Amino acid sequence: MHTTPLALHMTDGLLNAPTALLFGAIALAGIGFSLGRARATLDDRTAPMAGLVAAFVFAAQMINFPVLPGVSGHLLGGALVAILVGPWVGTLCVSIVLVVQSLLFADGGLTMLGANITNMALIGTAAGYLVAVALRPLARRGRTGLLITAFLAGTINTVMASTGFLLEYWIGGTAGFSVAQAVLPMLGIHLLIGVGEGIITALTVGAVAAGRPDLILLLRESRQGERTRTREDENRRSQQRGTVEGTS
Amino acid sequence: MSSVSENALHLPGDSPLHRLAPQIKLVAAFGTVLCVVATPRTAFWAFGGFALLLGVLAGTARIPPGWLARRLLIELPFVALALVLPFALGGERAEVAGLALSVPGLLAGWNILAKGTLGLFTSLTLAATTSPRELLLGMQRLRTPSTLIMISSLMLRYVGVAVGEAGRMRLARISRGDDPRFLWQANATARSVGTLFLRCYERGERVHLAMVARGWSGELPEPGRGRPGARDWLLGLSPALVTAAIAGVALWTR
Repeated sequence: MHTTPLALHMTDGLLNAPTALLFGAIALAGIGFSLGRARATLDDRTAPMAGLVAAFVFAAQMINFPVLPGVSGHLLGGALVAILVGPWVGTLCVSIVLVVQSLLFADGGLTMLGANITNMALIGTAAGYLVAVALRPLARRGRTGLLITAFLAGTINTVMASTGFLLEYWIGGTAGFSVAQAVLPMLGIHLLIGVGEGIITALTVGAVAAGRPDLILLLRESRQGERTRTREDENRRSQQRGTVEGTS
Repeated sequence: MSSVSENALHLPGDSPLHRLAPQIKLVAAFGTVLCVVATPRTAFWAFGGFALLLGVLAGTARIPPGWLARRLLIELPFVALALVLPFALGGERAEVAGLALSVPGLLAGWNILAKGTLGLFTSLTLAATTSPRELLLGMQRLRTPSTLIMISSLMLRYVGVAVGEAGRMRLARISRGDDPRFLWQANATARSVGTLFLRCYERGERVHLAMVARGWSGELPEPGRGRPGARDWLLGLSPALVTAAIAGVALWTR
């Protein structure tokens, strides 16, 4: 039972054609902007890394976690990738996962692709990242602070993504019920799923922090000010990689 | 890529739909669904026409009906929404089989059901006749930035590895007695998500080094294949054009 994709991977016919086109254009603009920023901030390692991060998002979305008995959710991953690899690469990865799910797995309607990308890749990732950046001083204090930051970013990521749906539905929804009727159930369900997303995001970031803290971009940015990697940084990373592989 | 081909919906074949250039198929599929969505919901005959057209296409592509029917079940939760609406909404009532149902609700439910199913039908036909590799080629020829194509192709190449790794971790957890039922028992699951990220990222580092060692300069070569001419485009887009014509007539006669 996949609760989250049912709620967020919208099917064709929920929104009218002009709204679908509008959000298709918004999604294209958002991806283009993220692409420009991702190119500016990362070197030629972008593509292989980002490809593997996208593969991770895809695989992670297939892992179900229990919310209540009989109800399970799965990760959207927007806040998680924003914390780990930054908002721009994160947005690209989640967008690509959504495009592949729609075109190769028929998951989510073709005309709803723009709206789905806007909700999960643009709004969700941006909301999660903004929360994480706002709480960065807390995250730098220690493990507990980092976990709280990741939890809040994950929760707000999901709730804001569902708010995106409400906005789209308000502009061009065709299901017959009014937005006012949809607000409470939508936000209620997604707050619940969002708590799940937040907990998984926090525990995942915690696990990465325990193994390779240097991979958490949110903390790296704060430490170095810039995210370009120095040669020393590179050496330190390969040394750490050696120890990780040695111990595992 | 074998694992992806297993999971993806591609059905290898040699029908005209399989042979059609992927960029034409992409444009045609998006155009078709957009026209279906734009059709007024009360033009019932138009939806019959769309279903007939898609049925003919699926027949041409030799997609087994049972395969299609099973995959159309992804729609089920939206069917539930469509069935609830006639009861939940107010407005004018109509007697259907002894039940007083809301007319706007019936129409709204029909709208989601018909357009969602036809959209999914189109997506399934596209996915069944296009391999992941062809899809990327189509996106590339539609001027998708090369960085995105590169990320996507690496993702498709390694997604099977990542999914397999996730599956093995799940098996390891379950065989050690992990049986999470509540959210607060999700710790082990989350730890495996974290480990999965580390393994994927480190694999990315290794893949990059291996690519550099083999002379990677930052660009993927485009596989050489003949470009389609105007005739291929016209033929390939004909289903979308028929859909547009039906949608146009339905809008005109509303």
